[in-house]
Amino acid sequence: MSGYHRKLDLENGRVDLSHGAGGRAMAQLISSLFHRAFGNEWLARCNDQSAFDVETGKLVMTTDGYVVSPLFFPGGNIGSLAVHGTINDVAMSGARPLYLSASFIIEEGFPLSDLKTIADSMGAEARAAGVYIIAGDTKVVERGKADGLFISTTGIGALAHGFDLSADKAIVGDRVLVSGSLGDHGVAIMSKRQNVAFQTEIVSDSAALHNLVAVMIAAGGAGIRVMRDPTRGGLAATLNEIAHQSGLGFRLQEAAIPVKPAVAATCELLGLDPIHVANEGKLVAIVAPNLADAVLTAMKAHPLGCDAADIGETVADDHKFVQIATSFGGGRIVDWLSGEQLPRIC
Amino acid sequence: MKYADEFRDKTLAQGLAGAISAEADPQKAYRFMEFCGGHTHAISRYGLEDLLPANVRMIHGPGCPVCVLPASRIDMAIRLVERPEVTLCVYGDLIRAPGSQGQSLLRAKALGADIRMVYSTLDVIRIAEQAPSREVVFFAIGFETTTPPTAIMIQMAEKKRLKSLSVFCNHVLTPSAMQSILENPKIRNIGGAAIDGFVGPAHVSTIIGTQPYELLAEQFGKPIVIAGFEPLDVMQAILMLVRQVNEDRYDVENQYSRAVRREGNRRAKDEVSQVFESREQFEWRGLGFVRNSGLKLRRVYARFDAEARFAMHELQVADNPACECCAILRGAKQPVDCKLFGTLCTPETPIGSCMVSSEGACAAYWTYGRVRDDQVRRMS
Repeated sequence: MSGYHRKLDLENGRVDLSHGAGGRAMAQLISSLFHRAFGNEWLARCNDQSAFDVETGKLVMTTDGYVVSPLFFPGGNIGSLAVHGTINDVAMSGARPLYLSASFIIEEGFPLSDLKTIADSMGAEARAAGVYIIAGDTKVVERGKADGLFISTTGIGALAHGFDLSADKAIVGDRVLVSGSLGDHGVAIMSKRQNVAFQTEIVSDSAALHNLVAVMIAAGGAGIRVMRDPTRGGLAATLNEIAHQSGLGFRLQEAAIPVKPAVAATCELLGLDPIHVANEGKLVAIVAPNLADAVLTAMKAHPLGCDAADIGETVADDHKFVQIATSFGGGRIVDWLSGEQLPRIC
Repeated sequence: MKYADEFRDKTLAQGLAGAISAEADPQKAYRFMEFCGGHTHAISRYGLEDLLPANVRMIHGPGCPVCVLPASRIDMAIRLVERPEVTLCVYGDLIRAPGSQGQSLLRAKALGADIRMVYSTLDVIRIAEQAPSREVVFFAIGFETTTPPTAIMIQMAEKKRLKSLSVFCNHVLTPSAMQSILENPKIRNIGGAAIDGFVGPAHVSTIIGTQPYELLAEQFGKPIVIAGFEPLDVMQAILMLVRQVNEDRYDVENQYSRAVRREGNRRAKDEVSQVFESREQFEWRGLGFVRNSGLKLRRVYARFDAEARFAMHELQVADNPACECCAILRGAKQPVDCKLFGTLCTPETPIGSCMVSSEGACAAYWTYGRVRDDQVRRMS
């Protein structure tokens, strides 16, 4: 950048209010940090917006905000999480994700080295997924007005085939498939929180699922009725949502639900239930019974679905309850949580 | 999961279920109260009631310390944490427990109060050490299990000369509450105690032992079986209770012998009695004021007593008169018998103790009992 010779100190520098003030400092931050990390032909034109070609069929759009604490966790950081999460929200419609936007709200004093790490991992994850971050925004707020860094994103994808997935398409007798073990992300995050820090080998499952979705659609086509990524509130919240949208109930087999022993043990210690714990690289699919085996086989052949399992079915139920046959031999209802899952004292 | 799955074995559960069915007299109704929230949790989490014959019924007792804490004590804590110098440390789900007029610590936090969730009293020590200019108050609740950690914390604070740390003490005593359930005159008015025996506390008994229950069993003629919190523990305890009822016995038996001794944990009991003494009475949500059922700090530790340090006044908050928790806790009424159930009182807006915790009798019925009723209706 001509006329501004002092290099951005990416080792020891901090974000200050000038980085969001619209002047040279901001331009330098954008060009030497964000553009370098995301590097693509759209950003290179330095416009306030990007134009892209529109395919035939339908476009899919989603938006999401990331306020995760801590910002760095085993298996990723807020940046990789933002890219994966946005891609997954697009992909759950069955669409192929194409473009992302990212808006950064940065707290004054935030280390530039951390910002670079986060932006670099966003760029790397986007490239690996074959999507482009083509629009962005940077705001700096005074110390205390944000918790380090917030990222909000938009994702756009293309729905080339003739069907779309929606929760109201589930019908009685459909199978419920999950793509792998539940609760990894939530436990990885909790292990680094200040008030409960503990040591675990569990890392976040944060991953972009669109390629797994593609092989599932190739195997199941319109037989795949619903797909959703069970993030906040875990599998329990996702299935309760689908139950309400479809007017159906669920009957699950607890023994079939994959949970890693370390996740189960951590939840046991903290008094939590893995089916309420967040995931960032898993999906739930409601699939027509005659195609469920084919879809499951396709999932298991994909690295992100190797632990996939058929965990139950949809049933007619006016109450729209999610019921589980426990491994112990009884039954129970899995309800929404009334707020955040809190450890029980007794 | 080693040392956990062994106590959740389906085959063994079926064996116990078979024995309970075979030994329970079909002409008799067996109504057992599990006192502890931990047992209630095991029962709902593993669907244990589905394995019991129809004439063996579990009544969910008051043994969840969050549920029995009255609105007045929560209001007192909210008033305390309105002081700008106070940081209040609380255990998990206490933060959602309802005070009067829809207040809760969660709402107080949203309004700017400094409230921290802790897992251990050691966290409280750490918070007090890190912020010496703050008045750090620990909202101490729980039965005999959580009392020793509070005692140790106070002793540590003394050794470390932590002048800014204090305790809002709400520790309560299990045997007094069991006695209150059994002897309250209301039960007789409603038509006799509908409890044939108790599944006795697990963790509490590791501290106090089995001895304190002996007088209760004798005095009221009710069998008590101390049981662990794993589902097989509960099943086995139920079988032991069925046998006692059949044989007209009312002994204290110890199913949880892998952790509980008759005399309990002497060291923990000593620590507790050094720091705490009995209150004349303490209020329980659903049970009202119960004599000798709560603890307070001994005079030698008075400087750690938040109630004295901040001149906290006892508040009087009447339970909603229509709330039937009292009768439901005692097994004399069902949740649906309460006018508030499902109207004013829901899991999102709990009024009575039975709705506060997700495993309280009313909350459990809200999510599960309705389905069960439906299934029964469909079958008949």
